Amino acid sequence: MPEIKVTPLGAGQDVGRSCILVSIGGKNIMLDCGMHMGYNDDRRFPDFSYITQNGRLTEFLDCVIISHFHLDHCGALPYMSEMVGYDGPIYMTHPTKAICPILLEDFRKITVDKKGETNFFTSQMIKDCMKKVIPLNLHQTVQVDDELEIKAYYAGHVLGAAMVHIKVGSESVVYTGDYNMTPDRHLGAAWIDKCRPDILISESTYATTIRDSKRCRERDFLKKVHESIERGGKVLIPVFALGRAQELCILLETFWERMNLKAPIYFSTGLTEKANHYYKLFITWTNQKIRKTFVQRNMFEFKHIKAFDRSYADNPGPMVVFATPGMLHAGQSLQIFKKWAGNEKNMVIMPGYCVQGTIGHKILNGQRKLEMEGRATLDVKLQVEYMSFSAHADAKGIMQLIRMAEPRNMLLVHGEAVKMEFLKGKIEQEFSINCYMPANGETTTVTTNPSVPVDISLNLLKREMALGGTVCYGDGFLVSSEQALKELGLNEHQLRFTCRVQLQDPHSDPDTLHRIYTHLKSVLKGYTIQHLPDGTVMVESIVIKVSSSAEDPNTKVLLLSWSYQVTFLRC
Amino acid sequence: MLDCGLDTTSVLNFLPLPLVHRLNRLLLLSFQELKECAGRVFVDSQPEFCLPERELLDLSTIDVILISNYHCMMALPYITEHTGFTGTVYATEPTLQIGRLLMEELVNFMERVPKAQSATCWKNKEIQRMLPGPLKDAVEVWTWKRCYSMQEVNSALSKVQLVGYSQKVELFGAVQISPLSSGYSLGSSNWIIQSHHEKVSYVSGSSLLTTHPQPMDQSSLKNSDVLILTGLTQMPTANPDGMLGEFCSNLAMTIRAGGNVLVPCYSSGVIYDLLECLYQFIESANLGTTPFYFISPVANSSLEFSQIFAEWLCHNKQTKVYLPEPPFPHAELIQTNKLKHYPSIHGDFSSEFRQPCVVFTGHPSLRFGDVVHFMELWGKSSLNTIIFTEPDFSYLDALAPYQPLAMKCVYCPIDTRLNFHQVSKLLKEVQPLHVVCPEQYTQPPLSQSHRSDLMLELQPPPMPYRRCSVLNLPFRRRYERVYILPELANSLVPSEIKPGTSVATVSAVLHSKDNKHTLQPPPAPPTKKRKRVIEEPPVVLAPKPLLSGAVPLEAFLATLQKHGISEVKVEETADGHILHLQAEDTLIQLEEDGTHIVCDNNEPLRTTLRDLVLRFLQKL
Repeated sequence: MPEIKVTPLGAGQDVGRSCILVSIGGKNIMLDCGMHMGYNDDRRFPDFSYITQNGRLTEFLDCVIISHFHLDHCGALPYMSEMVGYDGPIYMTHPTKAICPILLEDFRKITVDKKGETNFFTSQMIKDCMKKVIPLNLHQTVQVDDELEIKAYYAGHVLGAAMVHIKVGSESVVYTGDYNMTPDRHLGAAWIDKCRPDILISESTYATTIRDSKRCRERDFLKKVHESIERGGKVLIPVFALGRAQELCILLETFWERMNLKAPIYFSTGLTEKANHYYKLFITWTNQKIRKTFVQRNMFEFKHIKAFDRSYADNPGPMVVFATPGMLHAGQSLQIFKKWAGNEKNMVIMPGYCVQGTIGHKILNGQRKLEMEGRATLDVKLQVEYMSFSAHADAKGIMQLIRMAEPRNMLLVHGEAVKMEFLKGKIEQEFSINCYMPANGETTTVTTNPSVPVDISLNLLKREMALGGTVCYGDGFLVSSEQALKELGLNEHQLRFTCRVQLQDPHSDPDTLHRIYTHLKSVLKGYTIQHLPDGTVMVESIVIKVSSSAEDPNTKVLLLSWSYQVTFLRC
Repeated sequence: MLDCGLDTTSVLNFLPLPLVHRLNRLLLLSFQELKECAGRVFVDSQPEFCLPERELLDLSTIDVILISNYHCMMALPYITEHTGFTGTVYATEPTLQIGRLLMEELVNFMERVPKAQSATCWKNKEIQRMLPGPLKDAVEVWTWKRCYSMQEVNSALSKVQLVGYSQKVELFGAVQISPLSSGYSLGSSNWIIQSHHEKVSYVSGSSLLTTHPQPMDQSSLKNSDVLILTGLTQMPTANPDGMLGEFCSNLAMTIRAGGNVLVPCYSSGVIYDLLECLYQFIESANLGTTPFYFISPVANSSLEFSQIFAEWLCHNKQTKVYLPEPPFPHAELIQTNKLKHYPSIHGDFSSEFRQPCVVFTGHPSLRFGDVVHFMELWGKSSLNTIIFTEPDFSYLDALAPYQPLAMKCVYCPIDTRLNFHQVSKLLKEVQPLHVVCPEQYTQPPLSQSHRSDLMLELQPPPMPYRRCSVLNLPFRRRYERVYILPELANSLVPSEIKPGTSVATVSAVLHSKDNKHTLQPPPAPPTKKRKRVIEEPPVVLAPKPLLSGAVPLEAFLATLQKHGISEVKVEETADGHILHLQAEDTLIQLEEDGTHIVCDNNEPLRTTLRDLVLRFLQKL
């Protein structure tokens, strides 16, 4: 029986460094190649030695597919392709291809230039890596080779995020990457057709959450920001440069406009302008409303939001600052946080998930004393708020996707084990399909039961709904037996049997035959019985003839003749 | 239905729609609706278009319309509206968006200058026959229609289903369609229509030149049974690059002499290339201070839309988006105020307008749109130049109602679509079994009948078609795909008939749903009689094996001997032998393709003989 094997190298019962190996129909595919924000050592990258102990990965992998530009999905890519060694194709969507190298370069700078780490990938490596990338369009069927085909679907989540459908023969797997089932202020909702994959590999970040309506959360967010500003506090919103940031910017921009607020809103890093520019050029990837109105008014041109300068952090008075990165683990957001942490008037709003080990994660867990580098401790007095704005599907969304795609098996990654366990139970109960949740390095094997495609001759197909006596020859042709013989160059051999039965009947030969005919007709119901003009009676294909004996005209000789095939008639 | 384009050349028979009515130079004929102008007669009415054939078949029976590019969908509202059409239209996103802009522009041009009534008297056959050419020769004039409304456009376009290049779309489970990049315009596509065994390619409006769109996908056209070829260049003798050079030099010459340049053009397509060319050209030609105007109700949208379709652009332009920079340099022209765009000549334009200048505006037929105004404004001065770049209209016919004209006319048609040389190279490459094309491509153009290089010469010769002709595509469908369920597949016992060829008899129930066929194991015979049989399961006949091979006489006799049948009299016949088993009073007739056992009332013997014969034969 054919099998599909799935092995997470990262994101197995965990969030971060997503990297999943899939073996399907003799092809090996790597899905995502991310880094872990919570570690600074080897554990930062997936363990590629699982694939091979030494040497390059090229011959072990048929292709690599990156779902979106977040570093926990693409952060290890240059390391994998340039330092471990992989020269095969890497697929990602256009926006991901555009934005991914920028974030990688950013990440590299923080690690190498700021932290002084060596043995890390270089700018050149990022460039070389990106040269191996083949861009994917939505819904385009890409033939990786003669047998392996992949197709991208819209996933929401961030600009350019995609789900991929991977197909070899009649076996298939869908990998969702990160996705979002409800449209937000700048992106649409994920969508997939009823493709009935053998396995659906889904993220499960919010496996146990069923989030309230987006409107409520937005109102909550604005209220908190507003209150803080009113009492003269400073609000820090750690974000990643692209994605959530744009959504929150649109939100604040419209709110400031409506309320006529004057407090400044800043956006850190020089990436802002550039990031917004990407959104303008890739407007076809945003939601319906933005796409419709972009000619008249581009949503990504902000009036109230200005570029941030480091010196502004010490300015008196209220302000709102968007700063990168989003988990407070390094960079500008961390610097500002350190400055503002001591004042209880200030507020930090974490708009997304934070992986374990980051400061973001610690303060969200209520830690009020942080150990910083060099044994210093930091007292956290400012308000810490968590707003789940990260665009992941919640439990309801995941169930909705299962209903859309109708998979035969389900496999959860990118989530915490306890929460996965809960969701797994729910899925198995509601859909009666197997649900797996392998840990990193653990292989899940699913046997598939593919149908066998054959070509049937059209004549045969049209002729019969219930097929009988049909031959399949060579590999994959279905033809009638007669045609099979002809095409194989074989002659048909007729095997016939004849026997004589004598009976006494004073009637003339034709009369006897007719009597036999009527008798058979009344006895054998459901069979074709014919009285032919040449003086024979046919029961299906059995021939009956009558002749008189030469000696005695009252003795009739019945000739019965039938073919070998008749012995197989239903009796 | 493959494409539904609009024949707009019909509008050349009509008078231009002036923005301001000026009737003084028009000479009234015996009919109110016909006017003479510079020796030619024109219809004074809302211009009308020549539609695709609508009588040949019931449009409500069309399931699917495939659109190859935005120029080929202009008749869509005539087909999908008020005809009972309930099907789906497939097109790429740029095709839909830009097609919508072009339709919107057309409607806007027409509605801006409404004419009270449509002229119909001239269409009367008796009257039309009396008219001078080309009106006399116009065909199907009764089917000509006025422009559709915006409401009809919106309704028609709501039936469009978006597709991406190389996306495989299943139609009713029976065939699969897939658009391929054709390299001609943003989102332009050729189409593959295929089943598991047959493949038809529709090649329409393709280009091998490197302009802004994604290059043409040629390799996917390989192995076609039939290739339908249309949309070749209308200017087989004009080299687009040469024309572009001529365009630039004429433009520069006129400006330097203090004149204005008028470029009648469509709002999307070649204009992007013209602007890009000018972007590189204006500095070197010292035209930095000359204002360029692009006037169209959809000018802004067209320029904006062109920048957001990175996926559909050529590699160079895609790379720019990664930087991120706008893919087309007209963004920079706009930013530096060298190019300005206006929805019409009214409003801001009239106050900001400076001369000498270059104006891009439509419609290229010169019958409606803002171009009419510029013809009247600049036509009388020989300093000005009009440069025709669109190949759809004869420039002499377009200019006819404006004669006499003092302004210079330059004709540089830029048509990037395939020429005959490129087509024959392409066809050699992709090797379709049959080519189907319009009749016109199978002979040289009338005006250049000696140019045998301006026609398609193929082996086998292409199958030509003309309006309303019905062609049978030359292939026979022989096979269809069915899927054998794994349970059934496992139960098959293949036997090797000859090396490399195995045969198995399949006995199954065929399930057909949505044109997908599966073979399922036959249902087990019911073990118990149910009280009420609600639905009789299909009766499955046991397979009737066929026999093949022949029974060799000597070996058969030896076998008989072994089974204790030794008293055999062999008699030779024309076709074989008759064996008379004397002790048993039984005859066996052995022939090359048959064996006949004549045996009375002795079932055990018959069975034995049967089994012995079968030893020598192969069962299928």
